[in-house]
Amino acid sequence: MRAIVTVIGKDTVGIIAAVCALLSQHQVNVLDISQTVLQEYFTMIMLVDAKDSDLPFADLAELLQKEGEARGLSIRMQREDIFNAMHRI
Amino acid sequence: MPMFNNNEILDTIRMIDQQHLDVRTITMGISLLDCCDEDPKAACGKIYDKIARSAQDLVKTGEDIEREFGIPIVHKRVSVTPMALVAGASDTEDYVPFAQAMDAAAKAVGVNFIGGFSALVQKGMTPADRRLIVAIPQALAQTDLVCASVNVGTTKAGINMDAVALMGRMVKETARRTADRGGFGCAKLVIFCNAVEDNPFMAGAFHGVGEGDRVINVGVSGPGVVHSALQAVKGQSFDVVAETVKKTAFRITRMGQLVAQEASRRLGVPFGIVDLSLAPTPAVGDSVARILEEMGLETCGAHGTTAALALLNDAVKKGGVMASSSVGGLSGAFIPVSEDEGMIAAAQSGVLSLDKLEAMTCVCSVGLDMIAVPGDTPAETIAAIIADEAAVGMVNSKTTAVRLIPAPGKGVGETVEFGGLLGSAPVMPVHPQSSAPFIARGGRIPAPLQSLKN
Repeated sequence: MRAIVTVIGKDTVGIIAAVCALLSQHQVNVLDISQTVLQEYFTMIMLVDAKDSDLPFADLAELLQKEGEARGLSIRMQREDIFNAMHRI
Repeated sequence: MPMFNNNEILDTIRMIDQQHLDVRTITMGISLLDCCDEDPKAACGKIYDKIARSAQDLVKTGEDIEREFGIPIVHKRVSVTPMALVAGASDTEDYVPFAQAMDAAAKAVGVNFIGGFSALVQKGMTPADRRLIVAIPQALAQTDLVCASVNVGTTKAGINMDAVALMGRMVKETARRTADRGGFGCAKLVIFCNAVEDNPFMAGAFHGVGEGDRVINVGVSGPGVVHSALQAVKGQSFDVVAETVKKTAFRITRMGQLVAQEASRRLGVPFGIVDLSLAPTPAVGDSVARILEEMGLETCGAHGTTAALALLNDAVKKGGVMASSSVGGLSGAFIPVSEDEGMIAAAQSGVLSLDKLEAMTCVCSVGLDMIAVPGDTPAETIAAIIADEAAVGMVNSKTTAVRLIPAPGKGVGETVEFGGLLGSAPVMPVHPQSSAPFIARGGRIPAPLQSLKN
């Protein structure tokens, strides 16, 4: 099951490392990453594949969100379908 | 590789984060026609069991979808067969226990409202319909989650003026019995003309007799998203405004359709409809009134408001209808006063009047909704307001509704606080002139001609 992970917040050292470590711990494969820093604000968008994840999708999303809160970031993991529905016919 | 560009992804997140985009409700419709029993206790037992069994996974499924898709699903709700049809088989005069069974089942499954303590009396009233209607005030006072609705007219049958007169009294009585909560019971009571059978929105949801055993209906929302999209086309022509609303409505509805299909699949319950409604909340940035003002009106209620609303309502439908495989329910822009920050402000400033709201309901979904009027408003005046609104629906072949709160002990200029999504309602003036002899006539207003339209 493919998903989009977005990380938005103030840029600090080690954001990508932390998110990737968490994802790999749970067997989530990163397919693509893009990131930009705009006026100190960090935006990272990842396409991931969670089909082999050891956690149910909703729990994984919650784990990432908590990790984000601890770092003062907004981290979301959403199923790709919602972006498909809203932006593609 | 990624099929979306970053802007599209961030757009969606902005809509959810900053513009209050949400799925307003997943509502499971449940038929209770198989719960009839001569023994009222047995019937109530069957009603409780069927609701509790059918909807046991509804809330959890909604929450799972919410977390996986990252889209808030504000309400999970249940609607049932109009209770007068079920309770009519039981040998009892007192229908309050049926509402209590609904309430207990709703609490057991964790939904926040259950609709269907209802009667359809557009042409005539069975003894069961009458018993249900007179039980409404007590039922709404003694339960927490039950919503009641009564259909008093249709385009094909006309308006049942005996029922209209009775409902005027029931609205007053409901307010009286819930006076300690500002007449809150009235927020759970809707009087319809042309009620629809698949409406997922409360307080008027019920599961029509033409529906299957169970069904999933979804109501989308998103006034904030439409408002924000219109801010980007300031000063441009109405052609641009209409196109912008359509495109936005399309996206919102696609999201609703996705959630509806997912909920239907996981629950093993057929998908019914997506209701394409713009449902406001009292939160700043989630208002239908502010969309109308964005089109160039100083305050909602100013001249031009009806035209602005007509465009909005039509464009929402045009955009949404292509995005869903099945559209139904009320589908349109809602204008509940107490639930819309911009409407509250417009009413408080005196610009938005009851008369203007009535005109607005000619071109939008649904009707005079969540409006507080003085507590001493006579029952006949309330009935006359219901009759006017039903006439609008009957002649225009559309659904109209009335949800008025005669705020106990309050007058014009005061405010009733309901809290949460029901918001706060400024008490609005009604015309003091009497309509009592008009309401006392009773009988039926005949169905209107459907040709020679002028």
